[in-house]
Amino acid sequence: MTTPFLSVRDLKVHFPTPDGIVKATDGLSFTLEKGKTIGIVGESGSGKSVSSSAILGLHRHTNAIVSGEILLDGVDLLKISDEDMRRKRGADVAMIFQDPLSAMHPYYTVGSQIAEAYRVHHDVSRKKAKARAVEMLDRVGIPQPDHRVDDYPHQFSGGMRQRAMIAMALINNPSLLIADEPTTALDVTVQAQILDLLQDLQRDFDAAVIMITHDLGVIAEMADDVLVMYAGRAVEYGAGKEILTHPEMPYTWGLLSSVPDVAGDTSAKLIPIPGNPPSLLTPPPGCAFNPRCTHKDKVPGDLCTTVLPDLVPGVRSETHLKRCHLANPDAIYEQEILPEILPELVEER
Amino acid sequence: MRRAIIGIILLLALSLLTFVLFFSSGVDVTRFACGKNCTPEKRATTEKALGYDKPTVVQWTDFLQGVVVGRDYPDDPELQRESPEIVTHCPAPCFGFSQVNAKTVNSLIAEAAPVSISLAMVAVFLWVLFGVLFGLIAAVRKGTWIDRGIVGATLVVYAFPTFFIGIFLLKYVAIKWQLLPFPQYVTIADGGVGEWFVNLLLPATTLALFYLAGYVRITRAFVLESLSEDYIRTATAKGLAPRKVLFKHALRAALTPLVTMIGLDLASLLGGAIITETVFSYHGLGALALRANVSYDLPVLIGLLLLAGAFVILANIVVDVLYAYIDPRVRLD
Amino acid sequence: MSNFWPGDAGMPSEEPVGEDATDEVTEFQEPEMGHAASVADWGAKPILDVRDLKMYFPVKSSGVIRRTIGHVQAVDGVSFQVPAGGSLGLVGESGCGKSTTGRLVTRLYEPTGGSIEFDGRDITTISARSLKPLRREIQMIFQDPYTSLNPRHSVGSIIGAPLAIHQVVPKDKILPRVQELLEIVGLNPEHYNRYPHEFSGGQRQRIGIARALTLQPKLLVADEPVSALDVSIQAQVINLLQDLQREFGIAFLFIAHDLAVVRHFCPEVAVMYLGKIVEIADRETLYNRPNHPYTQALLSAVPNVKQAAIGGRRERIQLEGDVPSPINPPSGCRFRTRCSLAQEICARVEPPLLQIGKRHKVACHFAGELGHHPDRPITASLLGVDDTGTPDPGASPATDLGNEPGYSDTWFDLERKTMAKA
Repeated sequence: MTTPFLSVRDLKVHFPTPDGIVKATDGLSFTLEKGKTIGIVGESGSGKSVSSSAILGLHRHTNAIVSGEILLDGVDLLKISDEDMRRKRGADVAMIFQDPLSAMHPYYTVGSQIAEAYRVHHDVSRKKAKARAVEMLDRVGIPQPDHRVDDYPHQFSGGMRQRAMIAMALINNPSLLIADEPTTALDVTVQAQILDLLQDLQRDFDAAVIMITHDLGVIAEMADDVLVMYAGRAVEYGAGKEILTHPEMPYTWGLLSSVPDVAGDTSAKLIPIPGNPPSLLTPPPGCAFNPRCTHKDKVPGDLCTTVLPDLVPGVRSETHLKRCHLANPDAIYEQEILPEILPELVEER
Repeated sequence: MRRAIIGIILLLALSLLTFVLFFSSGVDVTRFACGKNCTPEKRATTEKALGYDKPTVVQWTDFLQGVVVGRDYPDDPELQRESPEIVTHCPAPCFGFSQVNAKTVNSLIAEAAPVSISLAMVAVFLWVLFGVLFGLIAAVRKGTWIDRGIVGATLVVYAFPTFFIGIFLLKYVAIKWQLLPFPQYVTIADGGVGEWFVNLLLPATTLALFYLAGYVRITRAFVLESLSEDYIRTATAKGLAPRKVLFKHALRAALTPLVTMIGLDLASLLGGAIITETVFSYHGLGALALRANVSYDLPVLIGLLLLAGAFVILANIVVDVLYAYIDPRVRLD
Repeated sequence: MSNFWPGDAGMPSEEPVGEDATDEVTEFQEPEMGHAASVADWGAKPILDVRDLKMYFPVKSSGVIRRTIGHVQAVDGVSFQVPAGGSLGLVGESGCGKSTTGRLVTRLYEPTGGSIEFDGRDITTISARSLKPLRREIQMIFQDPYTSLNPRHSVGSIIGAPLAIHQVVPKDKILPRVQELLEIVGLNPEHYNRYPHEFSGGQRQRIGIARALTLQPKLLVADEPVSALDVSIQAQVINLLQDLQREFGIAFLFIAHDLAVVRHFCPEVAVMYLGKIVEIADRETLYNRPNHPYTQALLSAVPNVKQAAIGGRRERIQLEGDVPSPINPPSGCRFRTRCSLAQEICARVEPPLLQIGKRHKVACHFAGELGHHPDRPITASLLGVDDTGTPDPGASPATDLGNEPGYSDTWFDLERKTMAKA
């Protein structure tokens, strides 16, 4: 077996606070190949953004305690020097952020900010870097790029700003692209444009993409693999289609059944996940999801509230991992969950 | 343009207000101008010469007339006929004639202004340079003893009165240790830039120390704020060196509040200058204002007030213009 | 539950809130029924009737005299009805005017034109004084639960403030009422003395809802009530709103950009683009058989996990470019600059919001289901123009194409190209 392009192993990001240690990410592992996309789903505070920032080394020189291993092309990003990490940022690993307005400096032109990203890693003149920025703006579909390159971020629309951010991220041809909620701040039609653009560019650049989002719909369209995070840990991980069609973890079920749908049966019910996300300072004992789980009575004894389940292969395949004590999740899903969220599918069968 | 018009209206109101307040203070202002051996005759002459016998509003309009077309002093035609040798013509814009100094206000200000402007320039240079520098260091080393040391030290300095610092510097740096010459104002024409600067260093430091603490805090706060902005994360994610992130991205964003502060502080500098100039016996605008105040010299007071007012308004306009230059979002499309 | 509101609207409660009321509240916290999409009662008479509503914000020049150099046509001729106890959804992308419409209905702005009739009263231009009782009957829920609550006030005083201001109940009855409201929205009534920062986002939105409920409104304008919340919390809040609607018969003007949420909540939905309603219909029609190319593009753009889970993704209709400026909107049809169907007529003549079904209106010259758009403008003969939009001297334009709220008994049948009747 060859080593994967990106391999994250037992990544922990802990923040010491006066009240105790906040375990924002607590033992995250996944792998990713070039040209593939992994979707990391989770709600605010699930640790999805913290983990990706750690890959970029953004927690260096903060009070965060980062441990584990992040192997990018065989190099452990947690062990290399600050200067080596700096050389990788923007060149090998690039990032797109959620809100393109606040992610761009309001006082500099869009073009100069894109060109800056190029000049950091290439010893070229300002003029050449600007020409390259125009080229990238054109590539991401900004009309009249040679004029718009001198505009300031506030003169761009939301969608164009995100395009410009993508241009900035891809200008050095990175092999790993981290997209942190890239479309959350955008309107649906613009979101569709940006998602298509990202897929398009990924094909051209053969980059590995980490797509962080709370929107399962975006994941369904973009991701090859899906990793569901809850309270700093992976609770379900596997091939995207598999996870979305045969989820085995009650939290994933909850995510699927609490989101309304634009198509299908209008009699489908909206079943919220009760309660609130747990505190990362004092997570509940046992499975972190147990206080909100409506299926824990199906597990014998008090396993759910005392023992943290391991991330182990589920009932359907070796590569579909889940963190849950339930013995027969597939049956529960087929019989209890599916009829609620996709009644028309059940009827067809 | 609109702001300039508003500014002029404000200045008019300010001058009228000064006239009204001056005469409603209850103090016998003529007695002050009259001098030591004041006889009733001399007093009457003085009152006439100063025009204090006229209604306040008339005095004000006379003053405005002087600003626009110039005036002759003394104003009273009778007095002019009596002693033509003392008549002084004050060309427009005439801000009045100081009986106490026997000079026009314009010439008094013209004598004192270079001293104060020099002092202000060096002081601003010092406090902006060190304020931003220390503020930046404190922000980058946030939470360490360096940060706490800088903030603490500037606060301690801030807590000391200006006259104390002035006398302290004078006594130790200039007299006891003789690190710097005893400061006396030297124009650039007389002694060159070096001499000018060295002589200004002590009074300017005294003045600057008062403002330094504010600049350290503002710089620290705004750099910290901008360091937590998303675009700083973007800059880091691009692979920019930390130094470049700090200076090119974080400090640039903190520039807007700094420029505002500099503009407003420059305008209010006269107050601080009074003490400093007194301590170092510099004959600047501050000292002039102090003398005018104790001798109830209305013309000089009016002149200085208008000058200060005009300066505040001008500083605000300049700050607004600078805003547009610094922040492209403010620029008009 | 019908006598839940103490006394008649506006009257101070004669009796303290009884035990039984609280019991009932507890009961409805865990309703027997699931949270299926709400059902419409088409027969209900409208509580809100909005006619040709316009809101133009002036754009000022710089300089000494600030002249008005243009107008942002935020809302431009919008008509709709909200049935009593029912809900209408307003969807559209940012800048389409949906939030402005909501603020006009709550009279946070005074409209530039048109009329708003609430419960039979014209409230378009009523004075600030007469607005006060109105504010009790029309309440608003805001998007951001973090900034819409004053951090320095306890939850009890936030929720109780409207009671005190409007002197609805005696002072000593305010606290019990606040606790009751907290319970209704599913919060611990003992937490009335806590401050907003002690609550999570979803809980804060519940506080906002409790505040809106305090004065027993007849209409709630909900402006993006769940978009700032986490997905698992969104469903809780939507369900809460549905329960409240069912229990207290509150009508909703539900404004959101999330098409799925609106579909779930509202039996009737209006789609807005650049200040105009482009399509309005009952939920089934709008989502299953949209006739406006913008609605079609909007729906196709929504990523859909369940769809993807069953059989891959649908084909998206890509809209080119950005929404034009509302200061200088395109002539004729405002959507034409991004529309694949656009022809000459679209630039010349603005398409009327034409009723094409029992409860379906659409503003498009080439209205039709996806893939079945007509080749020739359906509106030409009605408007008295030829196919390119040039006025046709021989034609007699239909006179009843007015921008009326609600639906008529007759409509234009797209298949037969004539007027039809139910």
